[in-house]
Amino acid sequence: MSTEQHGHIGLRVYFAVFFALMILTWITVEASYHDFEPWNDLIALGIATAKGALVVLFFMHVWHSSPLTKIVLITALFFFLVLVAFVYADVLTREMLNVPSRPPGFG
Amino acid sequence: MSDAAPAQRQPNRLAYWYRSYAEQTESVTLGMWLFLVTEVMFFGGLFMAYMLYRTFNREAFAAASYTLDIGLGAFNTVVLIVSSLTVVLAVWAAEKGKQKQLILWLVATIVLGCTFLGVKYVEYEHKWHENKFPGPEFVFEDKRDFAHSAEPVDPDKVRMFFHIYFGMTGLHALHMIIGIGVFAVLLVNAIKGKYTQRWHDPIPVAGLYWHFVDLVWIYLFPLLYLIGRH
Repeated sequence: MSTEQHGHIGLRVYFAVFFALMILTWITVEASYHDFEPWNDLIALGIATAKGALVVLFFMHVWHSSPLTKIVLITALFFFLVLVAFVYADVLTREMLNVPSRPPGFG
Repeated sequence: MSDAAPAQRQPNRLAYWYRSYAEQTESVTLGMWLFLVTEVMFFGGLFMAYMLYRTFNREAFAAASYTLDIGLGAFNTVVLIVSSLTVVLAVWAAEKGKQKQLILWLVATIVLGCTFLGVKYVEYEHKWHENKFPGPEFVFEDKRDFAHSAEPVDPDKVRMFFHIYFGMTGLHALHMIIGIGVFAVLLVNAIKGKYTQRWHDPIPVAGLYWHFVDLVWIYLFPLLYLIGRH
C-alpha cells in the first residue's frame, strides 16, 4: 500500500490544482487594485483560503489521508481560532466594559 | 509485503516495530503533521499580531503596504506555486520509481527556492536603502496620491507594519533556507539511489514541509502586499 497510497491522485489532478492556484493568484492581485470596500479584505482572505485548501487537500494529500491526520489538522485550525477569538474578545470589548487600558501602539 | 523477491536485494528500510511499509509511512507522515501543527501555532501567533495591529491601524498599514513592490511579491508567489508543483511531481516520480525524473524535480525545487530567496534579498536591500527597516534610521513618507482619511498617517504605526513585515517574511525566508537544505540532502540521497519505489518516505514528508511554507506565503502575500492598493 505504501507505493499506491497517493495512486489515486494522478498528474491530471496536480496540474489542475496548479492552474487553479495560478488563476486565483491573478484574481487576487487584480481585485486588490479595485475598491470594493468593505469587502476587499474578505475577498483577499477568501481567495487565500481557497488556495490554501487546494494545497492542503491535494498537494498535501489530506483528501485521501487517514482520519487521524484529518483530526490533527482540524485540531490545529481549531486552536488557532481559539487564539483569534479570545484575543478579540478581550481587546474589542475593553471600551464597552470601560476598561481604561489599551496595549501600547493601539489607537 | 507482496514484493518479497526484490526485498532481498534492496536494503531493509522497515523499522522492526512496524508490521508493514504502509504502517511506517502512515506513522512518519503523522509525525510530520504533528510538527506542522506546532508550526501553525508558531506562525499563528504572528498572524494574530498582524490582525490585531491592523484592526487598530488600518490607514497606516494600508500606507505601509503601498510601498511594497507588488510585482516582486506576485512573482515570488508564482515561483512558490511552481515549486509546490515540482515537489508533488518529485513525490509522483518517487512513487513510480522514476529515478531520473525524481532528481530533475528535486533540482527544480531547489532552483525555485533559491530564486525566491534571491528576489526576497532584492526586496530587503531596497527597503534597507529606503530606511524602511524599523531601526533607528527608520523614516516614512506617505507616497500615495489617495487616502481614506484626512489625517496623515502616524510613522510609528507604519513602523509597526515593518516590524511585522520583516519579522514574518524573515521567519518565512528562514523556513525556505531550511527547506532548501532538506531538499539538498534528498537530492544527494536520490543521486546515490537510496529511494526506491518501495521506500521513499523522506520525499513526501519533506514535501509536506515545503507545501506548508508555501501555504504561509499564500496568506502573507495578500496580507502584506495587497491591502494598500486601492
